[in-house]
Amino acid sequence: MTQAELPLATSEILPAPRRRTRRRRPGLVENTPWMNLATHAILISGLLLLLGPIYLVFAAATQTVQEVNQIPPNLSISSHFWENISEAWFSRDFQSKFINSAIVASGVVIGKIVIACITAFGIVFFDHRLRMPIFWLVFITLMLPLEVRIVPTYAVAANALSPFQAILDWTGVSWLINAVSGVELALEWNMLNTYTGLIMPLIATATGTFLYRQFFLTIPDELVEAAKMDGAGPLRFLRDVLVPLSATNMAALATIMFVSGWNQFLWPLLIITDPAHEVVAVELRSLIPNANTTGGGIPKWNVAMAASLLVMLPPIVVVVAMQRWFVRGLISTEK
Amino acid sequence: MADISIRDVRKVYGKDEVIHGVNLAIHNGEFIVILGPSGCGKSTLLRMIAGLEDISGGEIAIAGTVVNDLEPRERGCAMVFQNYALYPHMTVGGNIGYALKVAGVKRAERDAKVRAVARSVGLEEFIDRKPGQLSGGQRQRVAMARAIIREPKVFLFDEPLSNLDAKLRVQMRHEIRRIHNRIGATSVFVTHDQHEGMTLADRMVIMNKGTIDQVGTPEEVYNRPATTYVAGFIGSPAMNFLSGEVRAGESAVALADGSRIALTPAAARAFDGRLVQIGLRPEALALCAPGEGALRARFDFYEEMGSDGLHHLMVEDVPLSVLSAHKQRMPEGQEVGVTVPPEVVHLFDVESGQRLEAGPGAVATIKRMEHAE
Ligand SMILES: Nc1ncnc2c1ncn2[C@@H]1O[C@H](COP(=O)(O)OP(=O)(O)O)[C@@H](O)[C@H]1O
Ligand SMILES: [Mg+2]
Repeated sequence: MTQAELPLATSEILPAPRRRTRRRRPGLVENTPWMNLATHAILISGLLLLLGPIYLVFAAATQTVQEVNQIPPNLSISSHFWENISEAWFSRDFQSKFINSAIVASGVVIGKIVIACITAFGIVFFDHRLRMPIFWLVFITLMLPLEVRIVPTYAVAANALSPFQAILDWTGVSWLINAVSGVELALEWNMLNTYTGLIMPLIATATGTFLYRQFFLTIPDELVEAAKMDGAGPLRFLRDVLVPLSATNMAALATIMFVSGWNQFLWPLLIITDPAHEVVAVELRSLIPNANTTGGGIPKWNVAMAASLLVMLPPIVVVVAMQRWFVRGLISTEK
Repeated sequence: MADISIRDVRKVYGKDEVIHGVNLAIHNGEFIVILGPSGCGKSTLLRMIAGLEDISGGEIAIAGTVVNDLEPRERGCAMVFQNYALYPHMTVGGNIGYALKVAGVKRAERDAKVRAVARSVGLEEFIDRKPGQLSGGQRQRVAMARAIIREPKVFLFDEPLSNLDAKLRVQMRHEIRRIHNRIGATSVFVTHDQHEGMTLADRMVIMNKGTIDQVGTPEEVYNRPATTYVAGFIGSPAMNFLSGEVRAGESAVALADGSRIALTPAAARAFDGRLVQIGLRPEALALCAPGEGALRARFDFYEEMGSDGLHHLMVEDVPLSVLSAHKQRMPEGQEVGVTVPPEVVHLFDVESGQRLEAGPGAVATIKRMEHAE
């Protein structure tokens, strides 16, 4: 460097952008060989416990009807996998059922995320008297899963307007209308055998609201105020700041909710009678051999297992694809 | 560009009043520093100007318009926060331009403006980075740029430098002053650091538990502190306090240990017989041989300050410090004298803590309540 190149004064030396180096977390217990052995033994037995049944399903799906019905059971892998898969796929109208399931699961995911995000937004960022009561009301619904409230939910799905009808009847408004205009007031909105009916009762989510609330609480007040100073109203702030910042949370929530939406069984079983709206989880049941379906023939467990594998596939794909986001969303240290 | 007038403003949280009727007139283009210890209500006052807190009582007007009921964005203020408050997911350019985007400014125009402002604060090459990839000083600059781009009438700063290391803090301080000189918008800067306040301010506002003790230029505040609180807060090392009684006959203050501190005759006459607190700045005192000088003291310990030495003494059981370039290390307990020139003595009323000042047109108290002028 010559004198001419030398700056008059060296200003702030800018450090290179910091890379986050992940340090190994010190273990809670000491790393002795015995400990290692024990922990690995526990891990491996857990893994086997999880993989064992899946292996049985897979093995059965590769066998012929004769092989799968052998006694004692034959646990080896055979060579008829693709035949079974194609029989499972074509013997029933699986394609349209898959589409139905995809619609329902996606609808549930989108609905849950939107509802959870907006509810948490209202609870965290607006200072009003009802915020804690509302939060607790939402929280209490954790104790009321669909299975518990299935009868009233069915009644509402059969006619979503029946609560309003009840109110109108009870307050005498219906009578008044009838007396004045001679019209018999009968509100009706039937959601049985519809996608709406499949999706709507599932989208209220305390878990999701709670997850979002916890995330929103980590947003510094200054950031909210900076946005106010910049002129952004609440909805603008939600759209431009909160939604992008909560992308990883959203991914985590979406993953969990997709799997649970896909696996819904009881609710579709109850409200869907029209095959056009049937979902795969329910359809699968029709492949499982029992006295009615086999009609005395040899039970086709191999085909049922192949179909199970097919039904399992989409959630696995979603989980694997979202896995990275998923973990980040749940530990959420990046700010 | 605008003046700000604060009239009898109060802030109440639940039952606690934290700002007790504050009056302040800030002139157009002025750099005002609000100084006070943590918890005295500086931020609350600033945030009421910004519109981030409701005003519980009184009125704030910016450029002649009462803003009590206006939204923050309608007040024409921009704010720089202590923790930068940058949007972590937006690039530097996105952060700087966000206010324009919200205001609906077209993309091309916005980009040009963002580029120009980024260049003016030396951030041009970082425009596509995320805040997480910047150093503290750079983030602070982004926060500044984000305020500048809106061309606000008023800049508000809430301790914007307290997260920076000492060297960077000085540098950013200069930069803030330079930007103020260039743009000329009214600036209100909150800090608890008297150095920052003294160096930046056109006028300082010294706050004490939700009230204003004094408003004045840094020199005024340093040379003629209005209360013992201001006197003790401003100046480093802190002012020494002794108490005594004014004796006009001796033209001095008599202390409990029998020594006399000479006053100007005017001051002695004006406050004859009053019980007073005497404020003595360490840098106005000098050591001398024992028996000479106004005060007799015992050496306690010595602190090296670089260009000066700080000599800690005890007058009976009251600590007294003397700052002097003439450094003298002495054994603990050694007797020394302290000379006190009469013109450096600050007098305060013992009970009220208000400054006592004699002179032509003397106002005994110069606690300033500058109502809207
Ligand atoms: N949201 C609030 N609720 C209740 N009290 C508050 C709130 N914000 C600030 N205070 C109180 O108001 C006083 C002044 O606070 P603040 O203006 O932040 O002080 P400073 O900025 O001077 O440190 C403090 O005593 C603080 O406890
Ligand atoms: Mg503060």
